[in-house]
Amino acid sequence: MRERWQRLRQHQGAVASLFLLPAGFGFAIFYLWPSLRALYMSFTDYSLLRGEGELVGLQNYEDMIADPLFWQSMRVTGLYVLINIVVQTILALLIAVMMDRLTRSVIIRGILVLPWLIPQVVVGLLWLWMLDPRLGVVNHLLNVVGIGSQGFLGSPDQVVPSLAGINTWRFVGYTALLLFAGLQMIPKHLYESAALDGAGEIRMFFRVTLPLLRPVLALVLVLSVVGSFQVFDLVQVATGGIGGQPGGPADSSLVIYVYIFRQAFNFNNAGYAAAMSAVLAVLLALVTVLIMRGLRGSRSDLA
Amino acid sequence: MSSTTKTSPVRPGASKAGGEAGRLLARLRLSRGFAWLVLFVIILVTLFPFFWILRTALTTNSSLFTGDQSMLPPEPTLVNFRRVLGLATDEEVRAAGGSGAELRFWLYLRNSVVFSTLVTVGQVTSCAMAAYAFARLKWRGRDAVFYVFLSSLMVPPVFILIPNFILLSDLDLLDTFAGLVAPFIFMTPFMVFFLRQFFLGISSELEEAARLDGAGHVRIFARICVPVMAAPLTTAAILAYVIAWNEFMWPLVAGNDPSVRVLTVGLSVFRSGQPQAAPDWSGLMAATVLGALPVILLFLLMGRRIVDSIQFTGIK
Repeated sequence: MRERWQRLRQHQGAVASLFLLPAGFGFAIFYLWPSLRALYMSFTDYSLLRGEGELVGLQNYEDMIADPLFWQSMRVTGLYVLINIVVQTILALLIAVMMDRLTRSVIIRGILVLPWLIPQVVVGLLWLWMLDPRLGVVNHLLNVVGIGSQGFLGSPDQVVPSLAGINTWRFVGYTALLLFAGLQMIPKHLYESAALDGAGEIRMFFRVTLPLLRPVLALVLVLSVVGSFQVFDLVQVATGGIGGQPGGPADSSLVIYVYIFRQAFNFNNAGYAAAMSAVLAVLLALVTVLIMRGLRGSRSDLA
Repeated sequence: MSSTTKTSPVRPGASKAGGEAGRLLARLRLSRGFAWLVLFVIILVTLFPFFWILRTALTTNSSLFTGDQSMLPPEPTLVNFRRVLGLATDEEVRAAGGSGAELRFWLYLRNSVVFSTLVTVGQVTSCAMAAYAFARLKWRGRDAVFYVFLSSLMVPPVFILIPNFILLSDLDLLDTFAGLVAPFIFMTPFMVFFLRQFFLGISSELEEAARLDGAGHVRIFARICVPVMAAPLTTAAILAYVIAWNEFMWPLVAGNDPSVRVLTVGLSVFRSGQPQAAPDWSGLMAATVLGALPVILLFLLMGRRIVDSIQFTGIK
């Protein structure tokens, strides 16, 4: 019996390796190997133009600490992530709870998720036009209600909040849908007993909904933090004005991805770019672990 | 649990008895009305930009520059769409305020279709096979290998962008479809994870029955799992297609040659090729509408499935 089981396992192992062949190949060649290579490159002065690089030790990492633009890009990215998370999570929670109470309509859910399906490049172009200082419809509406024109993407102070706003427009429905799915998992009888205890709508939200939504909330937070750290398409297309340098005006929207890209492909410092992306990778892993730990995201109170 | 609560399950105020009930009910109705209003405003904000792209695309540049902000296009015209599709004459193009910057729409559209189709077919096939191995087969070190796969979820795309670029440059595959699809076609960590969740749910009785009939793993996979999994596999394919269609960073570095340039890159190049003075907004918006159209069509056909699949991601 035991022997047969072992044979079966060996046999299944052989079958498994066959089934894993294509995906395993892709994983090894396009994920694992480049990750190791990027790590190595971060200790070299590799240039795409020369196609080679010498080991330079920790030079790139030292340069990074001394590079004001690196810190600028971290600040910009941090601000962008922060605005995104706060606004998007609160708004998405609100929408999810409202949908849970008001309607099961697939059409409404579909409409809310529509912006998520549109390419980020298209979203960027669309808002670049809508927020145009002279001809954009948003400034027109602001003038009508008496607030007056704003600089938005062209203003160093407003460009990051504007980008975060655009991203919120794109993602909030998607996030709300994830949270909505989580809400469906909460047994209705919990609300009934809370209501019997005389709890109001708001207390129920904080005592029942929020705690039981924790695992989904953790997932949503990880997705949106990690996602917004990696913003690229939107900034590349929507900033710097028509024909301008992405990351503008005056580097005020220079998010880390754009800066890495610029160093690698415009300034030919692939080694330096690799070092920055290594730091980013570690940072993202840390943030993920922190959120999952902080919210005990992998455990559910329902289980 | 009292019998009154059974008839009025969730609504909190409704379960209260006595004279207060009427007032509470009125308040509840009021707050529900308010919530509907908020939801309506959110839907309006979500949809307005789509309306506005269309409105701009139907307007000529010259009337855009008069600053007319009426909700409907002042003089509706299809000239911008015809310009983007290359159907307009040179005179029309100049009259409409075209900048002369070329958007080779049909070519980029074809490239996007080729890229997204190849990526979707490859990814779903190989990830389904991997998911089968991770969910239905028993072998030593299975979970460890799965977590190694899963860890690639944590690798930011920009980290592996440069080495992949160098690799495909060494292989002389830049600006070819092979190079364009290579990093995506074999797997994405998300797809393996997503499909494994579904494969875990297949009843083992079906599998046992097939095995008793002498079916091997390849037969079980192809004849039992794939048909049973038709719905989730379709969902996975739709998601893969949408994500591939929206891909930007990799095609920007690895496929900037017009012969393989995809629509997203084409649109961004078209934008940055604009002269400082007078951007061709109406042409750009017409191209934008056409560029988003395939995804919107897919959405109209498969909306419910997309919504369901996103919700599924939230639960698992």
